[in-house]
Amino acid sequence: MSRAVPSKHALNIIDRPIARNKLDIPTVSLSAFAYLFSELISYAMDRAASITELEDRLDRVGYDVGCRMLELLSYREKATRRKPEILDMLKHIHSAAWPYMFGKTADDLQQANAADDEYMISDNDLLLGRFISIPKSYSSFVPGSLVAGIVRGMLDSAGFPARVSAHFVEQPSSSKPTTTILIKFDASVMQRQAALDAAKRG
Amino acid sequence: MSLIYSLYVINKSGGLIYSRDFEPSAKLDLNDTLRLASIWHSLHAIASQLSPAPGCGGIELLQAESFDLHCLQAPTGTKFLLMVEPQCPQVTALLGRIYELYSDFVMKNPFYEVEQVIKCELFDEAVDLAVKRYPLMLLAAPQQALVLGPLGA
Repeated sequence: MSRAVPSKHALNIIDRPIARNKLDIPTVSLSAFAYLFSELISYAMDRAASITELEDRLDRVGYDVGCRMLELLSYREKATRRKPEILDMLKHIHSAAWPYMFGKTADDLQQANAADDEYMISDNDLLLGRFISIPKSYSSFVPGSLVAGIVRGMLDSAGFPARVSAHFVEQPSSSKPTTTILIKFDASVMQRQAALDAAKRG
Repeated sequence: MSLIYSLYVINKSGGLIYSRDFEPSAKLDLNDTLRLASIWHSLHAIASQLSPAPGCGGIELLQAESFDLHCLQAPTGTKFLLMVEPQCPQVTALLGRIYELYSDFVMKNPFYEVEQVIKCELFDEAVDLAVKRYPLMLLAAPQQALVLGPLGA
């Protein structure tokens, strides 16, 4: 009699390692998610008086997701210490959280030219907006607001309070606009970063 | 050369909710289109009741001298009509693909109200692309029914 192989579900959810292999990453059905997200937007739309309020509502939903996700991913990575550097944190979002959510890393992570405290994470084809055609009357609405909320939640619970917003940026090379998540860190974060940099330089 | 003339979508109460013409020469007047939609809806309903065959689902194909009209009825009662050149093969597969696109780009769009007129840019684009790729579909599967690929394929 062969011994039963322990299934991966025998491991507690937070003890499961982050899958390195793409095929091992557990996924939910995109259709099911798209319907849920569509209903979430309809629900928020019924209760919001303006597009800004609608985006705010999505952002608040995302915030809670972000707080929990940072917790879960850090447990699974067995990260025992917190990374105080801004770039480390952003890279974590760009190349650990993004694959966990969307099955690929974000397409771009860059610092804004104009300001030191602004960073941008871009995705050329954000999964959330793939099926959504935005009518003219809602032209300023960005479905990526949910992701902005998730990023804000992750940053906030890691100790990087920031203002995060989602924008569409038209691309000359493609018909689809890129979703850009704009992150503006609090002054306190920038001060800490400056202190860290000074300490490094000795 | 197999040509696709037009696509119409009829909601479950017989109203035309979408129409798109792919050949400028085969364009129908808007009133004619609306009339066609409601007449087809009624004929389809009558046919499924009058048919001696048990479990008849209505008219699937109407053949005329200058065009074929293929119809796919979804379980929800929404009907997809394709006007094509006579004797076009594989139209059922194309209709299936369009139904799939409808459930992706129309039903998953929070700005679409069910049973209302479809105004979704992404759906327009996806339908255009599917019709453009129709000749390739014929090359890929000459005789047998085409298996629908996964989403985004």
